[in-house]
Order: sequence, then structure tokens, then C-alpha cells
Amino acid sequence: MNRVAWLRYFIVTGFILFIEILCRTGTIPATVMIPPTMMAVHLWALLASGRITPDIMETIGNVIAAFFLSVSVGFALGAMIHSFPRFRRAIDPFLATYYALPFFAFYPLFIVLFGLGRPPIIAIGFLFGVVAMIIATLNGFDRIPRALLKTAAVYRMDPLSTALRIKLPSAAPYLFTGVKLAIAYSFIGVIAGEFIMSSSGLGYSIAYAFNNFDNKTMYALMLFVIVLVTVVNAFFYVWEQRLLARRGR
Amino acid sequence: MRRAFDTILLIAVALAIWQAVHLLAPSALTSPVGTVKRAAELLGTGTFWPHVAETLTAFLYSLVFAFTGGLLLGLLLGLNQTGAKVADPILVSIYSLPKVTLYPVILLIFGLGMPAKVAFGTIHGIIPIAIFAMNAVRNMAPVYLKTARVLHLSRAETLRTVVIPAAIPEIVSGLRIGFSLTLLGVLIGEMFASQRGLGYMIMNAIGLHDVPTMMAVILMLAVFAVAANALLLWLDQRLHRRIT
Repeated sequence: MNRVAWLRYFIVTGFILFIEILCRTGTIPATVMIPPTMMAVHLWALLASGRITPDIMETIGNVIAAFFLSVSVGFALGAMIHSFPRFRRAIDPFLATYYALPFFAFYPLFIVLFGLGRPPIIAIGFLFGVVAMIIATLNGFDRIPRALLKTAAVYRMDPLSTALRIKLPSAAPYLFTGVKLAIAYSFIGVIAGEFIMSSSGLGYSIAYAFNNFDNKTMYALMLFVIVLVTVVNAFFYVWEQRLLARRGR
Repeated sequence: MRRAFDTILLIAVALAIWQAVHLLAPSALTSPVGTVKRAAELLGTGTFWPHVAETLTAFLYSLVFAFTGGLLLGLLLGLNQTGAKVADPILVSIYSLPKVTLYPVILLIFGLGMPAKVAFGTIHGIIPIAIFAMNAVRNMAPVYLKTARVLHLSRAETLRTVVIPAAIPEIVSGLRIGFSLTLLGVLIGEMFASQRGLGYMIMNAIGLHDVPTMMAVILMLAVFAVAANALLLWLDQRLHRRIT
């Protein structure tokens, strides 16, 4: 492991220790935050009791569904928009503004369209992730070197093999950025949707614990979400670094 | 000219889809005309404006904090190679956390009301701005910094006369994204445990099944966001063109 990675671990551990000390000495009162070690202990107890397993499964299932939907639909839409430059110029400012809209507000509409339960939450996660994927796809296709496309034309490659051998590999790093964002945004959308609207899932459990002044459960669940998201992101980060290293950049 | 026509065409198609969904599920979605009517009604009522003022105030404070904090953090980290390498994955993973889960902590620290909303809006906006500013400085041509060193500029002078002008197009891109996310943060903050503001109005309308009000508030927010973003996008494109 190199110096940079060590420094990073040092900073993160130092920060956790700092909070631990502040909590233990009472600088941060127990009503505001419990020490990180206590969070971990409670989380372990919760996991062992199996009480939150259904919520965890539900949230993870929702995130996976939202993620696959947003990546596949986002890629298809991005590729389509890219082939109509006029349409694209018109829609660009709207894509850029998209993330300022509070689309949680459309939850009642989704209930009418998809029924109660998980589909509306998945729809919110999908709406969060899909535009990031569209934008990444557009970026990737923009940056395919002209010379490569001309070479493909010279070799009289058919559209399918041009797409598979030229377009996809050249756009891959940007598509990967989109995939990374889609997973992060699916998490954000699903958990925020559950937090505000739903009656099950991890987001809901956190909001429920907060409303009942159940700080222990609340912090244990928060720790779980943070660790889960960080591990998933770190996995994709390492994978991306490997891909980039193989390309010799 | 053709571009304006395309935009109008796009909006017309979107309105047509909206109308079609309204016909499919009339109780879940108000028609475009009905929404605009309700919006006009709201704009005329006295009780609506305090909510607007509340949200705008929270949003402006959050923007100021997110902009200054994010720029400072990003520029300082960007100037330090090791700092940037260490901080990059940490910032990215904070960025991708579902920050709603942290909202209860903010409520416990700041209590209910304005400070909590501002803090929540700020944590949404500050990270993307910092990431963009940091990468802008890192990707700057090294010859600029070498020139600054040759001219014996102080750190503050280097920042003011070299780093910021060189990085400004990327910084504006970051500000644009930060703007959207800060607005979203403030609104989500108002949707949970709040008694005032536009986010509260939306939640309240959902609770009362008052679909026209919900749609009207969202429409007004969307118009505001699109207008502000179009302005920033225009600035963004102009700055990028100037540099290249």
C-alpha cells in the first residue's frame, strides 16, 4: 500500500476517533450522537436479532432494480438522443436542470400508476439514476475519436460491428462513470423515497427511529447504510482504476 | 432561430405527454391548464409568499455557504497534489452517500427550523463544487503555476491572478451542479419535519390529496430551476469557448 492510501486511512480513522472522544467526554451529548463504537455494537445486535433483515433485503432489492433499469434505459435513451443532434441541443438545458426537481413529490402519481408498495420507490430510484446515465452516455459518444469512425468506414464495417468494436470501447470510461453515478443515485433515490414516503425499508426505519427518539437504532441503521454504500462505491472505484490502468492512462 | 423553435417544440411535446397522463389518471395529475391556473391563484394569495420567502432565504444562505466552502476546499486541495490524491475518493464517497440518512443528525444538532435546512442544503451542494474546483486546478496546465513561481507571486496572488482565472470554466460547471443539488437539499429538508417553505407545502398537499397545489408548486420550482440553470449554462458555454 502506498503513502497516499495510508494517509487516507489515517485521516478517516482519525476522524472517527475524534468523534468517539467527543462523545465519550460528553462534548457531544448522548441525546445528539452516540459514540461510533456504540453504533457498531448496536448494529451488530440488530443484525444478529434478524429484526431488520426484511428491511435490508427490501432496500437492496429496490436499489438493484432501480440500478439495472436506469443503466439499461439510460444507455438506450442516451444513444437515441445522440443520434438526433437537433433534439439533443433542445433537451440539453433540461437534462442539466433535472436534478433540481423534487421528484419525490410525484410519489402519489406513481402510486396511482404502479400501485402501492415497492414499484413507486423503484420508480423514484430509477428517475434519480437514469438521467446521470443519459448524460454519461452522451458524453461518451461525443468523445469517440473521429479518426476511428473514419477507419471503420474505410474498412466497411457494418453498423453492428462498428458499435461493438469502435463505439463501445471508446466510450467505455464515460459509460463507467455513468454506471457509478447510477448506482450512487439509485441508493440516494430509493433511501430518500423510503425515508419520506414509504412504510418499510431502511430509509423508513431510520425515519421511524428518529420520530420515536430511538437514537440507538437510528445510528446503528445509519452506520449500516454508510458502510454499505461506501463498500459498494469503493468496489466500483477499484474496478474503474483497474480498467483505466489496463488502458495505459 | 431554429434552436428556439426546437425548444418550443420540445416543450409542446412534453405538455402533450403531460396532458395524456392526466387523461389516463385524472386524480393523480392535474392538467397543464389546471396547474397553471392553480399557480396563478397561489401567486395571488397572501399565505403563499411567506413560504416562498422561507425557502428562498434558506436556499440563498445554503448557496453562499456551499459556494464559498466548496471553492475554498476545492482550490486548496487542488493546489496540493498529495492532498488532492488523498481527498478525491473520500469526497466522491461522501458525494454518493444518501444524505437523507444524515438528516436526523442535523436536526438533532441544529434543532428544527432554518439552521437545519441551511445545513442540509449546504451539505448537498458543497461536495460537488469542491470536486469540480479541485479537478479544475489539478488539470490546469503546469506552465501557469511555473510562471507564477518564476514571478515570485505569493500564494494569495497566485490564487487570485492565475489559479481562479484558469479554472473558472470548470468552476462554473461545478457551481451549476451545486446550485441544483442545493435547491434539492433545501426542499428535501423542508419535506421532512418542517412547518414552513415550499417543500412543506408539497408534503402538506400530498397529505391532503390536494394534487393541483402540489403540481402548481412543483411547476413553479421547475420554471425557477430551469431559468436559473439556463443562465448558468449560457455563462458556462461562453467561458469554455473563451478559454479554448
